[in-house]
Amino acid sequence: MDDKVILRVGAKLLIPFILVFALYVQFHGDYGPGGGFQAGVIFAAAFILYALVYGLGNTLRVLPPWIPYLCSALGVLIFAGVGLLTMGLGAEFLNYDVLAHDPEHGQHYGILLVEFGVLVTVFGVMVATFYAFAGRGRIDS
Amino acid sequence: MNFLVGHYNYEVVILLMMVGFYILISRGNLVKKLLGLSLFQTSVFIMYISLGKVAGGTAPILMGGHGGDDHAAEDAGGHAVGGADQAAEVLGNAAAEVAQAAGQTAEAAGHASGAGEVLYSNPLPHVLILTAIVVGIATTAVGLSLVIRIKESYGTIEEDEIHDMDESL
Amino acid sequence: MDFVVDATLLAILAVTAITILRVRNLFAAVMLAGIYSLVSAALFTTLDAVDVAFTEAAVGAGISTVLFLGTLALVGKEEQRPTHRPLLPLAVVLITGAALVYGTLDLPDFGDPQAPAHQHMAPEFIEGSEEDIGIPNVVTSVLASYRGYDTMGETTVVFTALVAVLLLLARGRRPIRVWDEERGWISVWSDRDPDPDERTPGGTTSRGGDDDADPDREAPHG
Repeated sequence: MDDKVILRVGAKLLIPFILVFALYVQFHGDYGPGGGFQAGVIFAAAFILYALVYGLGNTLRVLPPWIPYLCSALGVLIFAGVGLLTMGLGAEFLNYDVLAHDPEHGQHYGILLVEFGVLVTVFGVMVATFYAFAGRGRIDS
Repeated sequence: MNFLVGHYNYEVVILLMMVGFYILISRGNLVKKLLGLSLFQTSVFIMYISLGKVAGGTAPILMGGHGGDDHAAEDAGGHAVGGADQAAEVLGNAAAEVAQAAGQTAEAAGHASGAGEVLYSNPLPHVLILTAIVVGIATTAVGLSLVIRIKESYGTIEEDEIHDMDESL
Repeated sequence: MDFVVDATLLAILAVTAITILRVRNLFAAVMLAGIYSLVSAALFTTLDAVDVAFTEAAVGAGISTVLFLGTLALVGKEEQRPTHRPLLPLAVVLITGAALVYGTLDLPDFGDPQAPAHQHMAPEFIEGSEEDIGIPNVVTSVLASYRGYDTMGETTVVFTALVAVLLLLARGRRPIRVWDEERGWISVWSDRDPDPDERTPGGTTSRGGDDDADPDREAPHG
C-alpha cells in the first residue's frame, strides 16, 4: 500500500463536503454568520487541500490558472456591474431598491448578487496566490 | 477593582499589540517581521471588537427570523381566539373570556419580543474588522511575495546582511 | 463566568505572542501564529462577533498559515540570533504602550451599553435591517447594503493585491523545479507557466506528490 493512502482517501471524501459547505455559508449569510468572504476562502481551501495531497500538477489540470485569474476580475465586475445596473434603472449607484418590484425584494437580490461577486473574487485571489507561491522553485544559493 | 475588570480587556490587548510591534522592529528576519505585523493586526481587531461588545447582548443576528416572529405571534393569537369561540359554545362565557385574554396576552408577548427587547452587540465594528481582516491577508500576501523575491536577489532574508550588501555596492 | 473565559483566552494569547517572539525556528513560529488566530477566533465568539470569528478562523488560521509555509519552503526556516542589543526597540515599545494605556483610561467600561459608540448609527442599522432590508444578519446587511460601497472598495483591494502578487511571482523569468534524469529535482530558470504535464513536483500521474522520488518509479504494490 502506498503510504499516502490515508491522506488521499480522506481528502477525496472531504473535498465535496467542503465545497458544499462553502456554498451553504454563502447563501445562508443572510440568516446566520457567513457571507461572501468566508465562503470564498472555504471554497479556495478545498482546492488548496487537493493541491497539498495530490500535487500541484494534478491541481493545475483540474483548475488551470486562467480560471482563478478570470474569477478574480469577474467578481469585481459583478459588484460594480450591479451598481451600474441600479444606475441604469434610475436610482443611485448601488441602491438595490429598484432591482425588483418592491424595495425589500430588491435589497435581497442586490445583496445576493454582490455577495456572489465577492465569493468569486476571493476564491480567484486565494487560489491564484497559492499557485504563485507553490509553483515557484527554490534557488539554493 | 471595578476599573480593572472594566478595562482589563484593553490593557491586555495593548500588551499583545506591543509584543507584535516589538517583534516587528527588533527582529531582523523578514518573515519574522511579517509574523509580528500579523500579530499586531489581530490584536488591533480584538481591541475594536472589545469596544463593540455590549454586556448582556448577543450576536447581531436578529432573533425570530425573517419577520416570522410577528407572524407566529399573530397565528398564536388567532388560534387562541378561535379556540375561545369554540370554548364559548361548549363551556360558557367565563371560560371563553379567559381564553380570549390568554390569546391577547400571547399576541402582546409576541409583539414585545419582536419589538427589540433583545439586546444586540454593536454590529458596526464587526463590519469594519471583517474588511480589515481581508485587507490584512492581502497585504501579507504581497509582503511574502516581496520576501521571496528578496531572497532570490540577495540570497538572504536577514535585514543586516541585506543592508551590508547594499552598502558594499 | 464571562470574565473568566475572556481572561483565560487573553492569557493564552499573551503566552502565544511571547513564545512567537522567543522562538527562532520559523516553522514553529508560523504554527504558533495559526494557534494565535484560532484562539482569537474563539475570543471573538465570546465577544459576540460571530461573523468576524468565522472570517478570522478561515483567513488567519487557514490561508495565512498556508502562505507563510509556502514562503518558508522557498526562503529557509531558521532565524539568526539577534545581534543588536534591543534597548532602542524596547524603549520605543514601552513609550508607545504607555501612550496607548493613557489613551484607554478614558474609554467606557468594557461592555457598557451606554457607551457613545452604541448610540448613533447602530440602533438605526439594527432596526433598518429588519424593516427596510428584511434579513436577520445585521452584519451582512450593513456590509452589503448600507456600506456596500466600502465592500466594493475592499473587493478591489483584494484584486489589486492579486495583481501585485502575480507581477512579483508569476510572470517573467522565475525558478521552477523540473526532473532531471541524472540529478533528480533541480531548479531551472524559466518564464513559461507551470505546465501540468512537465515533470514538476506532484508527478504526472495521480500517484500523489512525492518530491524526492523518480517519477518513473513503479508504485509499490501490496
